[in-house]
Amino acid sequence: MIPTQFEYVAAKSLDEALSLLGKHKDDAKLLAGGHSLIPAMKLRLAQPQVLIDISRIKDLSYIREEKGQVRIGSMTTHYQIESSDLLRRICPLLPETATHLGDVQVRNKGTIGGSLAHSDPAADWPAAVLALDAEIVVAGPKGERAIKADKFFVDLLTTALEQGEILREVRFNTPQGTVGQSYVKVRHPASGFAVVGVAVNLSVNGGKCQSAGVGITGVAPKAYRASGVEKALQGNALDAKTLSVAAAHASDGVDANTDLFASGEYRRHLAEVYTRRALGTAVSRAK
Amino acid sequence: MAENYVGKRVKRTEDPRLIQGLAHYVDDIKLPDTLHAVFLRSIYAHARIKSVDTSAAAKVPGVVAVYTGKDVSAKIGPVPCAGALPDLKTPDHRVLATNKVYFVGHPIAVVVAENRYAAKDAADLIQVDYEELPVALDEEKATQPGSPVIHEQFGTNVAYKLTAGEGDIEAALKSADKVIKQRILNQRLAPIAMEPRGVLVRYYPGEQELTMWTSTQIPHLARTQIALMLGFPENKFRLIAPEVGGGFGSKLNVYAEEALLGWIAMQLNRPVKWIESRRENIQATIHGRGQTGYLEIGYKKDGTITGLRYNVFADLGSYFQLLTPAIPTLTGLMLSGCYKIPAIQINVTGVFTNKMATDAYRGAGRPEATYVVERALDLVAADMGKDPVEVRRKNFPAPSEFPFKTATGLFYDSGNYEGALKKALDISGYHKLRDEQAKARKEGRLIGIGVSTYVEICALGPSQAMPAGGWESATVRIEPTGKVTVLTGASPHGQGQETSFAQLAADQLGVHINDVTVIHGDTSIVQYGIGTFGSRATAVGGTAVWYAIEKLKEKANKIAHHLLEAGEGKVTFKDGKFSVEAPKVKAASVPEPVLPAAGMAPGASLPDPEPHGKHVSLQDVALAAHLAKSLPQDMEPGLSATYFFEPKNFTFPFGTHIAVVEIDRETGEIHFQRYVAVDDCGKVINPMLVDGQVQGGIVQALGQALFEEVVYDDQGQLVSGTLMDYAVPRASNIPWMELDRTETPTDVNPMGVKGVGEAGTIGATPAIVAAVVDALSPLGVRHLDMPIKPETVWRIIGKNKTGAA
Repeated sequence: MIPTQFEYVAAKSLDEALSLLGKHKDDAKLLAGGHSLIPAMKLRLAQPQVLIDISRIKDLSYIREEKGQVRIGSMTTHYQIESSDLLRRICPLLPETATHLGDVQVRNKGTIGGSLAHSDPAADWPAAVLALDAEIVVAGPKGERAIKADKFFVDLLTTALEQGEILREVRFNTPQGTVGQSYVKVRHPASGFAVVGVAVNLSVNGGKCQSAGVGITGVAPKAYRASGVEKALQGNALDAKTLSVAAAHASDGVDANTDLFASGEYRRHLAEVYTRRALGTAVSRAK
Repeated sequence: MAENYVGKRVKRTEDPRLIQGLAHYVDDIKLPDTLHAVFLRSIYAHARIKSVDTSAAAKVPGVVAVYTGKDVSAKIGPVPCAGALPDLKTPDHRVLATNKVYFVGHPIAVVVAENRYAAKDAADLIQVDYEELPVALDEEKATQPGSPVIHEQFGTNVAYKLTAGEGDIEAALKSADKVIKQRILNQRLAPIAMEPRGVLVRYYPGEQELTMWTSTQIPHLARTQIALMLGFPENKFRLIAPEVGGGFGSKLNVYAEEALLGWIAMQLNRPVKWIESRRENIQATIHGRGQTGYLEIGYKKDGTITGLRYNVFADLGSYFQLLTPAIPTLTGLMLSGCYKIPAIQINVTGVFTNKMATDAYRGAGRPEATYVVERALDLVAADMGKDPVEVRRKNFPAPSEFPFKTATGLFYDSGNYEGALKKALDISGYHKLRDEQAKARKEGRLIGIGVSTYVEICALGPSQAMPAGGWESATVRIEPTGKVTVLTGASPHGQGQETSFAQLAADQLGVHINDVTVIHGDTSIVQYGIGTFGSRATAVGGTAVWYAIEKLKEKANKIAHHLLEAGEGKVTFKDGKFSVEAPKVKAASVPEPVLPAAGMAPGASLPDPEPHGKHVSLQDVALAAHLAKSLPQDMEPGLSATYFFEPKNFTFPFGTHIAVVEIDRETGEIHFQRYVAVDDCGKVINPMLVDGQVQGGIVQALGQALFEEVVYDDQGQLVSGTLMDYAVPRASNIPWMELDRTETPTDVNPMGVKGVGEAGTIGATPAIVAAVVDALSPLGVRHLDMPIKPETVWRIIGKNKTGAA
């Protein structure tokens, strides 16, 4: 539990962080809340030579709504999201997801940007940002670009972030009209990560599904949008049968993970059951 | 004796320092100039070491020394094993591997450096040339012909075979109307104490004094054993168990790292420290359980048990730690459970495997036994279509049958099994629960009720039955200012004896609890003791305190008698005061008190006589004892007493645990609805501490029943090597526990206390498994192996779907 030697630099601004990252390249790792990186370093699975701490950059920590969009700075902590009155009002899916995440200490330190950039296959945030059809805004040496969430998660611990880029912001359209959201999770008994985590963001009109976003984590090497589920809901009356039929597509085309706790087959089954339950909860909340 | 504290929920005096982070664990002790040790451990389960190249490691800046097995094996004695069994094959267990490694985590080399970072960097540079060997992992398969043999010199992996029990088992099973057989698994568990192991050693070459701080449950025994390993005089060796953050049996041991650190400190003449990482803790601190067994139980049509046989393969791991081979023998002792079973036989095959050694983990052999017996009774009940409670009642000995002799050779001291059972049934509303269950089943819900009635063996134990003495010691001193110091040999490590022993002493001496200090864990301060394990600290260690105080009071009484010039009068002690019982006469005839002559110190002058007689306080007596100016003729000055208590028997606490679960039909997930436990640990000194012990025990039992499992893959790699994979129960997994007690005192000690440290782990595991099995019984399930995972349950439900629908 002893890391290799490294240098630590606390960046004061995004520009400084970008320039440090440009200088140290692959030798450097960005430090946000540290709850994935530090354990990996202690086990010497990660051995960066330079740690660039971006968690102290004040400009990267915010939750605001402007011009019909919700914007969350990447260094916003899980707790800030969990306790945000604005989000509880306009997008309760995020505070609800935060309550499932780690424990109090983790939520006080860990950040949404750090979690997304790490792309742990069982992390909670990826499911939520996928369900919200969010954009991940990244800053790089050549300026900024926005990546759709479903293009951001590439593979196990791999994202669309390129060398020299820093995840700056998560943004998505403010949910409009009659909205029903929910996040449900089967916690792994040892790690507390998701065996299955399902995030649902429904827009309902006249009892019918106007649009559906369903993000699933824990099941596959990366979190994914359950487009089969979404399609089966689109335009249909949100009755029990529809939900059930839709949920059956929860792990379509997915190569499911296996570990000591759950086989791939069981995970797929849990994905279906918990998708149906998450949809049911979301529908009951759509008022 | 005053009852101001005993029996009350006195808050733990230990807690303020613990919860404020002010306590001192090994790693909190900082000595100037300390070096740090890091171990290089085997990455293979079984391999020959062709060479170890430490040259690159030695060159890392800050590295002071690197030692391998070749450097130390001849200089440090083998890691001790106290388990003595007939024809036991004991491998030579050296502190570092030299020619072969036997398990993943087996230490090969140690790097000592100015800081942990340099030491770890250097350890990473040590080159070990391994020749991988085939592995023997399964305790059954390892006994079969063709299995790789771990210790070639033995030619077999069987370390010992042992048969125990009384009664004609063949006849008993033949006489049964039916015999049920079942394979039973008790999976390997990791104890996971909150504080991992840690050692700090300092050597003063001038004084030739060796001081070791180590996280242990047995400071004195560890000192003796490590002194022998090092060939160092025990009386110049001070071993201190500072704050110890839990042990659960894992620190009831003597480890290679402890002796090696002692040797290194003497080589380098500098303090050296090693703090175990959590990974090392799961790899190389003892594991518990690890038994695969075959049960046969015979019963008559009316539910009477005729006999029980258990053929068990015990997974010992590759080497012996302190008690490794002895643990399965405890399983044999407790196979009668709380039932009248006329014939019992256990056949143990102790087997070497390429894994870390198993040893004592909370319950140490008894949870295994209780699990076997309780599963057996449930199987009988299911087979007969009877309520499990009925079958238990049928086979209970009555309270009048105690002391009750079992076919395993034990005498249970006292018990009222029906009393605890009835109370648990009443609290849970058992019959109503069964009605609700029947109703729920009609709705297709899977609700299960599990009942376990257990007895355990505690207060270990009479010295005849223990490898290294079963007594415990106490010294009680009254200091000149009247403050009370209790030195106990039973060094607690979280149980709270600093509080409970202070309660005891305060009541016995009539002083305020804040005037009592309990000291433990330092071999230079405390008289020799045995330690805290086997639910013995209060029943044996507390009793030693009790006797020491009685002894001390005898002396104090003599001094008081002298001070009071009581002559023929009788001096009695009450509420901290010694008084002369004066004959009832008219006030006028009371003689003038004779005040003590000059020489009585200020502050110790006698108070004015009261109408009914004179008195002196304990403080007065303590001061007089130390000033020694007015003592009875030929009396030793001072006021302290030491007592070594040898118990004449074990104690046998018991109880009933009831778990109620509901299974999610769709997912197989298990949800607790109720948990009721009625435990009987004899007389209770502090109900809050007893509750805490029971709760903690239930949590660990829940871990075994549903979550925990040390998993090695087919190459012997430890797959569950971190807490990301090894599932210790979390607060959110734990049901609300409805706890109550019955109180059946023992006559083994004068306080009537029995012990409770392991009760929860022993009683709860079978109750939880029974509840899950009961929930699934409409699907024909009679038994499930632990840990019962939701996926297993889901598959069972899935298989039955067509039939049920």
